[in-house]
Amino acid sequence: MTASAILAVDGLVAGYEPGVPIVRGVSIDVKQGEIVILLGPNGAGKSTLVRAIAGLVPVFAGSVRLAGHDITGVPAHRIVHQGMAFVPQTENVFTALTIEENLQLAGHILPASARARQTEAMYGLFPDLGRQRRLAAGRLSGGQRQMLAIARALMIQPKLLMLDEVSAGLSPKLVEAVFAKLVEIRRSGATILLVEQNARAALAVGDRAYVLAEGQNRHEGAAMALGNDPVVARLYLGGMAAARGRSANP
Amino acid sequence: MTLQFLADGLVMGAMTGLGAIGLTLTYSILRFANFTHGDLISWGAYLTLTLALLIGAVVPNGGSIGPFSFGWPVLAAGLIAMALTGLLALALDFLLFARLRRRGTAIIMVIASFGASLALRSLLEFLFTSEPTYFSREIQIAMPIGAGIHVTPDQLCSLGLTALLVSAMHLLLTRSHTGRAMRAVSENPALARIVGIDVAAVIRTTWLLGGALACAAGVMLGLTVQIRPYMGFDLLLPLFAAAILGGIGSVPGAVLGGLIVGLAESAGVQFIGANYRAAIAFLLLLLVLLIKPTGLFGVRA
Amino acid sequence: MLDLLGYGAFFLVTALSYAIICLGLNIQWGQTGLFNVGVAGFVAVGAYTSALLTTPAAAGRFGGFELPIAVGWIGAMLAAALCAGVVGAVTLRLRADYLAITTFGIAVGIQLVALNAQGLTGGPFGIAFIPRPFAALAETPLAFSLANLALVGGVTLLGFFALERLVRSPWGRVLRAIREDETAAAALGKNANLYRLQAFTLGGALMGLAGAVQAHFIGFIAPDNYVPALTFQVWAMLIVGGAGNNRGAILGAVVVWGLWSLTGFAMSVVFPPEQQARAAALQIVAIGVVLAVILLLRPRGILGEQKTVSRHIEAADISA
Repeated sequence: MTASAILAVDGLVAGYEPGVPIVRGVSIDVKQGEIVILLGPNGAGKSTLVRAIAGLVPVFAGSVRLAGHDITGVPAHRIVHQGMAFVPQTENVFTALTIEENLQLAGHILPASARARQTEAMYGLFPDLGRQRRLAAGRLSGGQRQMLAIARALMIQPKLLMLDEVSAGLSPKLVEAVFAKLVEIRRSGATILLVEQNARAALAVGDRAYVLAEGQNRHEGAAMALGNDPVVARLYLGGMAAARGRSANP
Repeated sequence: MTLQFLADGLVMGAMTGLGAIGLTLTYSILRFANFTHGDLISWGAYLTLTLALLIGAVVPNGGSIGPFSFGWPVLAAGLIAMALTGLLALALDFLLFARLRRRGTAIIMVIASFGASLALRSLLEFLFTSEPTYFSREIQIAMPIGAGIHVTPDQLCSLGLTALLVSAMHLLLTRSHTGRAMRAVSENPALARIVGIDVAAVIRTTWLLGGALACAAGVMLGLTVQIRPYMGFDLLLPLFAAAILGGIGSVPGAVLGGLIVGLAESAGVQFIGANYRAAIAFLLLLLVLLIKPTGLFGVRA
Repeated sequence: MLDLLGYGAFFLVTALSYAIICLGLNIQWGQTGLFNVGVAGFVAVGAYTSALLTTPAAAGRFGGFELPIAVGWIGAMLAAALCAGVVGAVTLRLRADYLAITTFGIAVGIQLVALNAQGLTGGPFGIAFIPRPFAALAETPLAFSLANLALVGGVTLLGFFALERLVRSPWGRVLRAIREDETAAAALGKNANLYRLQAFTLGGALMGLAGAVQAHFIGFIAPDNYVPALTFQVWAMLIVGGAGNNRGAILGAVVVWGLWSLTGFAMSVVFPPEQQARAAALQIVAIGVVLAVILLLRPRGILGEQKTVSRHIEAADISA
């Protein structure tokens, strides 16, 4: 672990029920300014891992350190105060609240002036949202909701932004737009941890990636290299495997 | 036929609506039908009565205020009692509901609330007997306000106070962080935690507010009708009808629902007779549940 | 000694009549997961039906058929079953807490009718002169109580064994399947609502029978007997004994009725006669507290559920 590691997860064992660990001793780290991707087949425990880091899933062993502070076992609602923002896969905005209210709610830990400033900044980053700020979030399209979910997470100017399959259910064009947005966000200094099923698109924007399977680490490396590795692709990255396998072995 | 029932219905409906606000909030945020809410109304009235007697005995006061039947002791007592009733609700949660909630069976909580409600009003009956009592023995003269309708100053005060409290609640829910947090927890507690909301604190606030509003409704009911141990419990069906009719989780819905229930009841009494008054709210409730269970302004599908 | 025996028999007859109600509630809640908070209403329907069928004529009131007690009891079951059937057909598809509120309202409505429809039910004065089984023995209290105990005990045992057979039958299995996972049960081609309706009706019939049994043992009924406190007592009995369990239903009835009688006795000793009404109120508080404690410490009751309802059903997701 270097001094610039924003997130350091060490030997994490976690699950919903004691005695039934889903994450079985995983270690990952994310350095300042990186986009790190978490990949792996269904049931690998990727979602459970980030939810455990976010304090939503009980941790049985191991540790989680955020910017050097031990946050293992900190309840979910306090993690935000530590500077970590999480965007869950589904139900990630309050549909009964307006766009503006969603953002104001997320920014409640900021002083009023900072909150107002950040809200405007989010509207700058996501002009679509700014145009309809009084619209109930429930009336937004899937893509717009994801944007709102991301904007909501960014309100606290988090040290670490974690996203769980943010591209799920979106059209390829929207996926491109979302990932382009993440790159833009990273450019302004954010650190991002991304759980993704859509390996190809994710690896294109990521710096490094970890491959998990059955709750444990399997591979890690630079995103590019991992993406081009046929063994990894065939074993863990599903659909990509068929395409690459076929082209590599005529 | 007079239009008196309109006035009576509005006054009763306003109080029902006020009580229903607390019920709809706890229902939507805590996700169970709280049968004790009616008894919080009764406890609010009795706490106010007791405190008012104490204050009146200790502090010299100038009798009733203007045209109203109550004096400063009742007002001061009412405010203190609102806080106390809120604390009572909180205590019930701490002792009973919170622990059952951790076990995870919502229906057991309804059974528990049913039992707690019985115990609460029986305790009132034990402490105060079942004899009806009043804040003051002054008889209020109903003033004509046209169209054959008469209202007492107390009733007008009741309406005004209800409007005030409802507006305050509306502002709280729409303009303050606490209110947004409550709406957020009502929709999705897990996501609320993710954005940093202390759900346990929101739950505590909900109980406090619900209890305080119930107390206010109880005081008004005690002023305009009478105080007896079953006063709140007898209001339970109308409260549920109002909350469900308005849409669980909606404050304006609860108020509107209360007014509709109140008017329907008084119209029923006018045209059919007083004996089956309690059945009217029930029939309304049944209609709503069968036709549109989400109610008028249902916030959650 | 004989006095004690007599009192014991009297106590048991009452406790067992409650046990029959509990058996009915057990089918509805324990086996099928239906949350009936209007128990008192169905008991009232049975009691009044039987009373109206068997009592002599009274001025200004419907009835006076003076039919045999057995006819009254069967009529009670049928009337309560019909009532439950109608209520169930309309409301069983509502989700659990709405069903609770609705059945609560039904019971309030039934009590209102009993209180106000004087021409039908005798209004607040109730119905008196209800014929008592073994009335010929009324002169010798002990023999009278024992004979009635034999009768009620027999009815309870009959009901118990019949229900035990039913619970273990394919019908019972479908009920529990529906309680656990309705979608799966539907996939097997079972019409969930029909089964629920059958269970609700059967439970209602038992409650009506119990109402009739109680009415004929006491000889007099009034609307005041059928209040939410009765519903609450029965729920307490079922939970203490162990919901989901026929043996638990009977045991719970005896235990809670014992507690009730004990606290009633304690109250009468501690409080002077003119304070008895207040004492009765305190008694209810005591029972309420006891039930709350049981729910907190041992929600499974004494005999526990034979099979746990899935932990994943209805888990309140706001728990910390």
